[in-house]
Amino acid sequence: MTPLLGRRGFFKWLAVAASLVIVLLSIKRFGLSPTSILEASLLAMTPLALAAMGESINERAGLVNIGLEGIFLITAALGVWFAEVTGNGWIGLLAGTVIGGLIGLIFGILSVYGKADQIILGIGINMFAIGFVPFFMMAEWAFPGIHIPPREVLITPIYTPFIKISHITVLTILLAFALHYLLHKTPLGLRIKAAGEMPEALDVAGVSVEKTRILGAVISGALTGLGGAFMPLAWFGGIVKEISAGRGFIALAVLVSAGLEPLLALGFAFLFGFAEGLAFSVAVDPYIKEIVPYHLVLMIPYIITLVTVAIFVGKARFPKAIGQPYRRE
Amino acid sequence: MEKLKRVLEELLPSAVALVIGLLVGGILMYAYGYDALAAYKALFLGSFGSLYDFSETLSFAIPVMLTGITFAIGVRAGLFNIGAEGQLYMGAIGAVIAGALVQLPPLIHVAFATLVAMLFGMAWSIGPALLKVKRGVHEVISTIMFNWIAFYFVMYLAQYHLAEPGRAEKTYSVLETARYSILVEGTSLTSVLFVAIAFNIAVYLFLALTKMGFELRVYGANPDAARYAGISDKKVMLVSFLIGGLAAGLAGGSQILGRPPTWALYGTMGNVMALGFDGIGVALIGRNHPLGIIIASIFIGALKHGGRYMEYQVGVYSELVEAITGLIIIALAVPEIVEMVKRWRVRRRVRI
Repeated sequence: MTPLLGRRGFFKWLAVAASLVIVLLSIKRFGLSPTSILEASLLAMTPLALAAMGESINERAGLVNIGLEGIFLITAALGVWFAEVTGNGWIGLLAGTVIGGLIGLIFGILSVYGKADQIILGIGINMFAIGFVPFFMMAEWAFPGIHIPPREVLITPIYTPFIKISHITVLTILLAFALHYLLHKTPLGLRIKAAGEMPEALDVAGVSVEKTRILGAVISGALTGLGGAFMPLAWFGGIVKEISAGRGFIALAVLVSAGLEPLLALGFAFLFGFAEGLAFSVAVDPYIKEIVPYHLVLMIPYIITLVTVAIFVGKARFPKAIGQPYRRE
Repeated sequence: MEKLKRVLEELLPSAVALVIGLLVGGILMYAYGYDALAAYKALFLGSFGSLYDFSETLSFAIPVMLTGITFAIGVRAGLFNIGAEGQLYMGAIGAVIAGALVQLPPLIHVAFATLVAMLFGMAWSIGPALLKVKRGVHEVISTIMFNWIAFYFVMYLAQYHLAEPGRAEKTYSVLETARYSILVEGTSLTSVLFVAIAFNIAVYLFLALTKMGFELRVYGANPDAARYAGISDKKVMLVSFLIGGLAAGLAGGSQILGRPPTWALYGTMGNVMALGFDGIGVALIGRNHPLGIIIASIFIGALKHGGRYMEYQVGVYSELVEAITGLIIIALAVPEIVEMVKRWRVRRRVRI
């Protein structure tokens, strides 16, 4: 267990929460709305957290899928398409989850039984998506690169007295705890960890390493797919061909920083989401726009990603058999 | 004869992957109601059908032959350097600065601007290299972040500081003295092609003949053995990143100094986008070998140029060719696919 989750971790989190409150209050002094930034952060957190949590299960079981970016893109486009065809945004989200899970399944089968080079496979998935999504958008909507679905299929958030928050964001937070429980307190979690650490032992115990790893790949793909469909349907309200804008890779940075812990991944995803939410609120502020060019502000999330990974990566421990196809002796 | 057989054996996975990629691409077209056969016919005619088209195909091959080196020299050293995209943007803006704002005599100017482009690309590779060597940050994450930072940074420079007055959609064009000569009149093929090929051959010789090149290959093939033999992993990684950066910078420069009619960078970056990522496909199809990469780059160049003709003739959106490249990469990632083909060939031979 990483230091951030132990008893002492509690105080670290308290410090993080306190500094967050201070940042939000100081933002208010500069005339920006803390609630709108918090809302933006939670939206930006959601797809990052979903992909990072899912992929942390996948990597615990021994597979590395860097094709998260491609899954985001494909499920964003197909999610919108399903939402429009059925007239229901929730079906769009479900379709994104199922299609993401299917891509995860294909990735898992090719990696486990095809003994594929997982990094190259992930690059291939990303490349395919870069080409497929514009092709698909053109073929279906006859307009290059951008599509706005009708308002009725978009998913409206929950309005609480303080902030508005998406259902999916709430689900994501609950999932973080559920996945933490699954990984550390259930027999299945033990099997997943064993598949990544000591596949031979799992094999001897009569549990299929192959199936356990494929299950991890499917969970990762499905959650990433939910995050992908979330972006156009519950966040941006439309789709552009490069909608994910590197978030699949930021999600990888999140889970690396979090040392493959789902609960910590939620925390880091919030940090990255906060960076993005803050950058975006700053970027569109007319007063600040005068001084700092829009493009430079847009660089901030990526810089913060680099700095965060550089700080936390040294602490991360990866499963012994990660990325290696399992071969029986 | 034995040697030829070995080369063919090496080429088999690429050939199988190409067939799979084109086949699945065809199924995709068919699924969305396009005539896949007509599309592929247009793709072929559009890329090799005339001297003009073949020149354009070669012109498209130039940058991806170089970004292919970026990825390949990474893989040869055991790295997944997917930062060519950002390094290429930096090379392009470096070429604009050196080519448009500096005045020098003809031949010296073009050489100077090329060198600046390469150094800009190399400079952008230092960040991920140091993060990898000093902090152990995986290069897949760091290079992608550097790509996005370069994207916004170069776009900012192009739109705010280097935009041509009165024509805000592009930067200043480089001066006549900083342009490579056009090889085939009326096409965008220029003599920068020879520089690109020379660079690939230089990398080939570096890997084959020098001590450093040997160390790089040993480390990439077996890091543990290399460390045991006293090879410095940090030096290998650094050299691999820096050469990759030079290649990507040259690729970016080639699009500014060696590509009519604009001789400039568009504010939207439209004329350099995706060329870095295409290099990954080129490297993998070319089996990460500098000479294989030259051949593979012509194939990808043909897809890119022919794709436009295909879009015009059959209506298939040309970005589908990126999807086909992705499918080829996926097929290349799975060694079992080639093993299956090999087993099938053996079985057939036995039956006869």
